[in-house]
Amino acid sequence: MAEFRLPKNSRITKGQHFAAASGASNLRQFAVYRYDPSNGGQPRMDTYDVDMDNCGPMVLDALIKIKNEIDPTLTFRRSCREGICGSCAMNIDGGNTLACTRAIDDSKGRIRVYPLPHMPVVKDLVPDLTNFYAQYASVKPWLQTRTPPPPDQERLQSKQDQELINEPAACILCACCSTSCPSYWWNSDRYLGPAALLASYRWLVDSRDEATGERLDELEDPFRLYRCHTIMNCTQSCPKGLNPAQAIAETKKMLVERKF
Amino acid sequence: MSHHERPLSPYLSIYRWPITMTVSILHRATGLALSAGFVIFCAWLYDAAAGAESYTQFMSYADTLLGRLFFIAVSFAFFLHLANGIRHLVWDVGLGFEIKTANASAWFVIVFAIVMTALFWWARS
Repeated sequence: MAEFRLPKNSRITKGQHFAAASGASNLRQFAVYRYDPSNGGQPRMDTYDVDMDNCGPMVLDALIKIKNEIDPTLTFRRSCREGICGSCAMNIDGGNTLACTRAIDDSKGRIRVYPLPHMPVVKDLVPDLTNFYAQYASVKPWLQTRTPPPPDQERLQSKQDQELINEPAACILCACCSTSCPSYWWNSDRYLGPAALLASYRWLVDSRDEATGERLDELEDPFRLYRCHTIMNCTQSCPKGLNPAQAIAETKKMLVERKF
Repeated sequence: MSHHERPLSPYLSIYRWPITMTVSILHRATGLALSAGFVIFCAWLYDAAAGAESYTQFMSYADTLLGRLFFIAVSFAFFLHLANGIRHLVWDVGLGFEIKTANASAWFVIVFAIVMTALFWWARS
C-alpha cells in the first residue's frame, strides 16, 4: 500500500546555517540533507553559503568545496567527476541526477540537495543500495548459452545486432531512474525497477544470448515487470539520456509476441 | 546499526513532478472518479426506468449547482481518461517514448480534456 508520509524517524528538521567568510560577494546557498547515524538524531537540512568566485561549475564541485573548507563531516559518494561512474547520483532541485554533470547555473536561487528518494539513508547523501544491486543481480546480467562457442573464434554478432545493445549497455547503474519511479517507491520489495529492467532488456535483445525464454519467464509477474505504469520519470531523470521506459515497453511487447 | 533504524529519504514531498507523472496520477484519479460517476449514471437510468416521478426527483438533485459541478467533473474525467487511454495504447505498440514526444502527448491530453469538456457543455446548453 502506498505510504505518503515519511516515517517518524525520517522527518526532516531545521539544521545549522554555515555563513560564508566575510568578503565573499558572489554567494550561492546550498541546502543539504544531513543524517548522522552515530547520534541517532533526526535528519536535518543544513545550509551553506558557498563563494562562487572560488568554486568549480558543477554541484559536485560545490559539495567538495563544502567538505574541504566548511564542514568536513558532510558525507557523499563521488569518484570519476565526469558522469561515468554513477557514484554521485542524488536528488538536486527535485530531480535525480549526477552531481558531477549538473551545473550550478542550471538552478535558480537556493540549491536543494537530497539523497536519492525513498531509500534507507546510511549517512547524509549516501543511500543504502543493497536491494538495488540485488535486483540487478537477479536479472542475471551475463551471457547465458546452451551451445558451445565456435572453436576458432568468439561468439560474433552483426553490426546491426550490436546496435541493439549499444544503448542499454551504456547504463552506469547510478540508480537515478529507479529511485525516481513512484512504482518503485512503493513496491521496491517486489518491483524490479527501471534500472534492473533495462539491464534485463540488454540481454533479452542480445543476439548471442540463448536464455531469452527463461529471462522472459522470470519477468512474467504482476510485480517484477508489470508495476511499470509508464510514468516516464525514469527516462526523464536518466543522466546518460537512456530510455528505460521504452526498454520496459519493448519487454512487455516480447511477452505478448511470444504467445503467437 | 540495523537496517530498519535507518531513516527513509524524502520522496513525494521533494520530487519535482514532470508533466508525464502528473498526467499519470490524473489517469488514476479520473479512473476512480469515473467509477463513482458510473454509480450515479446507473441511478439516473434506474430512476428514468422507474417513471416520471422518480426521474423528476433525480433531476431535482442533479440540476443543482453541486450536481452540475459533479457532472462537469465526471465529463472532464471521461475525456481525460479516454485521451490518455489512447496514449497508453500507442505506448503499448512501442511508440512515443522520446521525452519530447511524451511531454507533448501529456499536454495534449490535458488540453484535449479541457476543450472537449467545454465543447460538450456548450453544445448541450
